Amino acid sequence: MRSRGMGEVHSDTFTPIHCGRNLTGQCVVGDKRVLRVSKVSIIFAPSYAILGKRLMSRTRREFIKQSTLSAVALGAAGGGWLPTFGFTPQGTVQGAAFKDLCLVALNAARSKRATYADVRIVNKRNQFVATQEERVSELQDRETFGVGVRALVNGAWGFAASRTVTRDECSRVALRAVEQAEVNSRAIRRPVELATVSAYPDGRWMTPIRRDPFTVRMSDKTELLLEANRAAAAVSAARFVASSMYFVKVETTFASTDGSIIEQTLYRSYPAMTVTAVGTDSDDVASHESTDIAPMGLGYEHVEAADLPGRATEWAELAVEMLSATSVEPGRYDLIIDPTNLFLTIHETIGRPTELDRALGYEADYAGTSFLAPPETAIGEVRYGPEFMNVIGDRTQRGGLATVGWDDEGVTADSWPIIQDGTFVDYQTTREQATLIAELTGITRSHGCSFGESWDVAQLQRMPNVSLLPGENEVTLDDLVAATDRGILIKGCGPYSIDQRQYNFQFGGHVCYEVRGGRITRMLKDVAYQGNTLEFWNSLDMLGGPRSYELCGTIGDTKGQPTQLNAASHGCPAARFHDCRVINTAA
Amino acid sequence: MAELLTEAEAREVCERVISYSSADAAEVRLVSGLTRYARYARNEMTVSGDASDAEVTVTSTFGQKRGTFTWNDLRDTAVEDAVSHCEELAQLAPDDPETMPLLGPQQYLPSAAFFNSTYELGEGEFVTAVQAVTERTYSTDLTAAGFIQTWGRSEALLNTAGLSAYHRSTLASHTVTVRTADGSGSGWAGTTHNDWEQMLAPREIAEQAINKARQSVDAAAVDVGAYTVVLAPTAVGDLVQLLQSALVARAADEGRSFFSQEGGGNRIGQQVIDARLSVLSDPTDPDLLARPFAPDGTPLRRTTWIENGVLRNLEYDRYWADRQGREPLPRGGGIKLTGGDGTVEDLVSTVNRGLLVARFWYVQPVDRRRLTYTGLTRDGVILIEDGRTIRPVSNMRFNESIISILNNVESIGSAVRVVASESGGLDVPVVVPPMVVRDFHITSGSDAI
Repeated sequence: MRSRGMGEVHSDTFTPIHCGRNLTGQCVVGDKRVLRVSKVSIIFAPSYAILGKRLMSRTRREFIKQSTLSAVALGAAGGGWLPTFGFTPQGTVQGAAFKDLCLVALNAARSKRATYADVRIVNKRNQFVATQEERVSELQDRETFGVGVRALVNGAWGFAASRTVTRDECSRVALRAVEQAEVNSRAIRRPVELATVSAYPDGRWMTPIRRDPFTVRMSDKTELLLEANRAAAAVSAARFVASSMYFVKVETTFASTDGSIIEQTLYRSYPAMTVTAVGTDSDDVASHESTDIAPMGLGYEHVEAADLPGRATEWAELAVEMLSATSVEPGRYDLIIDPTNLFLTIHETIGRPTELDRALGYEADYAGTSFLAPPETAIGEVRYGPEFMNVIGDRTQRGGLATVGWDDEGVTADSWPIIQDGTFVDYQTTREQATLIAELTGITRSHGCSFGESWDVAQLQRMPNVSLLPGENEVTLDDLVAATDRGILIKGCGPYSIDQRQYNFQFGGHVCYEVRGGRITRMLKDVAYQGNTLEFWNSLDMLGGPRSYELCGTIGDTKGQPTQLNAASHGCPAARFHDCRVINTAA
Repeated sequence: MAELLTEAEAREVCERVISYSSADAAEVRLVSGLTRYARYARNEMTVSGDASDAEVTVTSTFGQKRGTFTWNDLRDTAVEDAVSHCEELAQLAPDDPETMPLLGPQQYLPSAAFFNSTYELGEGEFVTAVQAVTERTYSTDLTAAGFIQTWGRSEALLNTAGLSAYHRSTLASHTVTVRTADGSGSGWAGTTHNDWEQMLAPREIAEQAINKARQSVDAAAVDVGAYTVVLAPTAVGDLVQLLQSALVARAADEGRSFFSQEGGGNRIGQQVIDARLSVLSDPTDPDLLARPFAPDGTPLRRTTWIENGVLRNLEYDRYWADRQGREPLPRGGGIKLTGGDGTVEDLVSTVNRGLLVARFWYVQPVDRRRLTYTGLTRDGVILIEDGRTIRPVSNMRFNESIISILNNVESIGSAVRVVASESGGLDVPVVVPPMVVRDFHITSGSDAI
């Protein structure tokens, strides 16, 4: 192992392969960077030893739901899905030198009257490989390494960060954070109060993966993508083909003045493919995106399971079929929504408005507010949907993009109800937010939603995995179709837009089908459904069962100023919504 | 070494990177500097922070094989490791038939985009700016939230064909959102410039946002349909900035863009928008002040993309230019739309019945080929009758083509620099006028304020 040459830091924890990133092309849609994702079965890894203390409180009903999900897991793949901590034998933990640097920073902060401080030394590696037709169009690796310190002085926050990770610089950065906090304390009205947290002096966690994507040869990756492109291009009328893989590995040493020192290594992987078919009239163009492959908190095994070369022909044929799809007649329909579309609706209409910082006005200048405000009129008072609707927030689902051992404030991964029996019951919270609503919820601890995209920005509250639990009966997507007399089946995501209170929306479908008399009759295009959050969810009238539950997700959720990207998964079954407004986006 | 590397310091680093190269060709890009920010909400500071960084990107080429690697550790061993890894990536890559030889030395226009007033902002300046806003809202029924951001950075290029470039810049922005306590009104204002002193003062944008918040209270819905709208400059910027990604020759030539010609080729030379409108980029324009070179070192000069409504140019990257027998023409240097004179108030006075729109939100593409987008209005829509603003109306969703908008122009005001990024903060320069547009399609209402 080579030294990274970081002055006094000699780490044997970093491999010599460095990484870079370019989030462009398929991964960016407008400023929001909402990404195309798709259907994937939950991929189960073997059970791992549990380290650290699992912190979870459950109602009986939650437990039943969780058991149901476990049954799903067992049924689907023969493995076990349990919220758990994992540690792989490869062991890329950071080591004593980095812990020492963290303590240098914390001691410096404490010496200047910080009542709390935390430090993150982060090494973040991204890799993006993209191909178009027969060529590699992008091949970029990025690695960024640095230290960020947050300090609380007189109830105000300050933050500072540097790419230079030495004793002197860690001390300087900490003092700079304290300095800013002191100045900022002149401009606060209400001192920050942090919910208590346990100390984890030797915490370790790693995403349970089978194969580190950064150890896979680049030539294997490019060859896989080019092979997929060749297969798609062989379909007549498939004119343009693009495929890609994106990987992230984040290694963090976290320490806080509460006594925690935690090392975590997180992985995310995302293979994707788009095929564009062109009709005989060159104005006639249709693109199919691989929305049934989601970004996941998994390793390269996810790419292998996605089987782009094996699926390419099917996707190309769908693109061609989309050329002759019928443009939808606008009107009101029952909507049968596949998880590959519904996950994003959950993200926008449940995930977003239940972020407490939005509800309290902290995101008013950019990401907006929430209609679920103020908390005292929302918690326990808002009928979100029917009584069989239950939504949980968690950072524990295996394969989840937001799944961790601890959040970026040292709070253990949690799982909790957000909507229970159709009623809104709780928000997503961080340590300072939990204290603001503790009297309403009776919960005095954070739900562990603190996250900073990298070392150079302060942590803020971000979305965990947010999932709609399946119904208890084994209802499949086919059952929902069979039960529908006049409807539209919606798969994959088209353009998505929602207002700044997360209420009025327009969500597009990607591959849609007309349903008549319980049967799929023809493919439709230009489909989008419009509505508002509460009317939509209260029109939920059929819920798929455990076997229809799938975990999809997005790696492009944007919030905060400066903006930070977050990744979150959303599991759900297929579901039907009664009498929804559908528009034709081409009209 | 300070966070922002001088030309000599940047040159030294780039030369060191090149010295480790064993590739047929190598190019290095180095961005260094300091980013500072302050967030506030609920009439108080949330957090402020700063981060210093220096990031190197090297591209190594062996024949037609190419790889790129980016990292931020400038010490010798890390640089050596990085170059070595990049070369491994390149050698493992398949041949890229679009590989172009490196550019040699170039001449660049001077772009005076660095201001000490921004780079040397004092410690308490952010807090002072925040307090200048919140002291106007705290004791009232209003709540202010906002974001201040600055950067001071340098960008340097060096390659093995002798190209060398350096540019340093500062940039600052401040956005404010003011809401009434009951959430029934919301107003926004923003300002940005390379020079902190040339931005609107915090008290000015605070007053703008406060006035708009007050004006937006008790909004009532209007019917969906086609309206004449007065788009304030920020609203125009929110949409027009989206044109940039469409001004690409290759997509047009390959039939994938609005600027594709039926039967093949592109629409250069054709009337595409209103004949009064022109769209240009220019890194030396005092309103724009951007880096005068593209990432590969191609010089950026004043480029007129659309002149009096006629498409004059599209971006040609070096490969596509070579293939099509054209000169390369990079995108960059900001975007400026011009065509008229007058303020928002002047334009309002010309409208018999219409809507005044402050800005848009969550604008998403619906059909990229037709440049059709959907989105919502935000922070105030005001009904206009007989040339006067009458009362606030609810926010609404639109579905509209940017090209249709720019063809349905009734009148055009004076161009100003706007914060066109929905997140506020620092972004490419956008300078646009307010405009009166007919037949703007509102497809549904929104209760959100």
